[in-house]
Amino acid sequence: MITAVAAIAALAAVIGALLGYTSLRFHIEGDPIADQVEAVLPQTQCAQCGYPGCRPYAEAVAKDDEAINKCVPGGEAVMLALADLLGRDPSEAGGIAEKPKSVAVIDEKECIGCTLCLQSCPVDAIMGAAKQLHGIIASECTGCELCLKPCPVECIHMRPIETTVRTWKWPFPANQSPEVPAQAQQAA
Amino acid sequence: MTEYALILIGTVLVNNFVLVKFLGLCPFMGVSKKLETAFGMGLATTFVMTLSSACAWLVNEFMLVPLGIDYLRTIAFILVIASVVQFTETVMHKTSPVLYQLLGIFLPLITTNCAVLGVALLNLQEHRGFMDSVVYGFGAAIGFSLVLVLFAAVRERVTVADVPEPFQGSAIALVTAGLMSLAFMGFAGLVAH
Repeated sequence: MITAVAAIAALAAVIGALLGYTSLRFHIEGDPIADQVEAVLPQTQCAQCGYPGCRPYAEAVAKDDEAINKCVPGGEAVMLALADLLGRDPSEAGGIAEKPKSVAVIDEKECIGCTLCLQSCPVDAIMGAAKQLHGIIASECTGCELCLKPCPVECIHMRPIETTVRTWKWPFPANQSPEVPAQAQQAA
Repeated sequence: MTEYALILIGTVLVNNFVLVKFLGLCPFMGVSKKLETAFGMGLATTFVMTLSSACAWLVNEFMLVPLGIDYLRTIAFILVIASVVQFTETVMHKTSPVLYQLLGIFLPLITTNCAVLGVALLNLQEHRGFMDSVVYGFGAAIGFSLVLVLFAAVRERVTVADVPEPFQGSAIALVTAGLMSLAFMGFAGLVAH
C-alpha cells in the first residue's frame, strides 16, 4: 500500500519536474498570434473597427474570435489575408461593404488653415501649413473619417469614390445570385 | 526488419485503430472539418502516441512490475500520457501558435483519446518488447492520422455537395465514416497478425 502510494507520488514528482523545466525552456512572451495579425493590419490606427487602434483589434481577433472583416482601410485584401492566417472562413464578409468607399474632401472656401486635421490624419494624406489652404491627397486617403471631428469649421466632407472605367471591377458572384451562398452555408 | 514492417502494415491498414477497432473516434469526428487541422492533429497524435507507448512500457517494466504494483497500471499510464500531452502542448504553443489555436480544446483532449491508452494497454496484453511497442504505437498513430486526413478531405467535399436536408452536418459525416470503415475491412486478411 505504502509502496504503491510512494511509487505513484515519485512518478508524479519526476514528471512534474520535467514539465516544469519544459515550460520554462519553451516560455513564450506576449501573444504570437496577435503579433502576426497586427503585421497584416494596415496600421492606420483609424479605429473604424470599434477598437482604439490596430493592436487592440489584433488582440481581439486573436483572443476573442472577433470578426475578421472589420478593418475598413484594409478592406477585402486584409480580410482574406486574416482568413488565410487564422484558418477562418473568408465568407464572413459584410462589415466592409456597408459603407461605399469614400475619400475626404476639403471645402476650400471654408478652410481657415488651422492644421488640426493634419495632426489627426493617421496616414499623412493631408498637406498644408498654418494659415494656408489644406489639401487632401485622394490616393493616400483611407476614408477613416478621423479628420471630420477636429475641423472647427466643418469644412471636410466625405465623398464616395465614383466608379470610373479604370476602377470598375467585376462584382462578386454572390451579389448576382443570392441562392448559391445560402445553400453553401446550410451545408456547412 | 520484416517483423517491424508487418507490425506497421498490420496496425496502419488491417487493424486500423479508428475504422476497425473503433478507438479514438472523438477527434476523428471533431477535428476532421478541415484538412489543415486534421493534418496537424495527426502529427500531434503521432508524436504523443509513439512517445507515450515508449514511456508507458518503460514505466511498466522498471517501476510497476518490480514493485509488484501492476494493478495501478491504468492510473500510471494516464499520468504518463497526460504529461506527454502537456509536453506536446507546451512545445506546440511555442513553435506553431496558429496550429495551437486551431486545434484548441482537442489538443489537451488527446489525453482522453482512448486510442492512446489503448496502445499502451494492448502492448502489455500482447507481451511486446520495447521496440515492438514503439513500432506498434507509431503504426497505430500513422493509421489514425491517415484515416483522419482522408476523412477530412472527404468531408471538405461533402460540405459543398448537395446533401439532403435531414442528413446534413454530423449525420452525413457518420455515414461517410461507416462507408470508410467498410472499405477498410477490405484489408482484413492481408497480414495474418
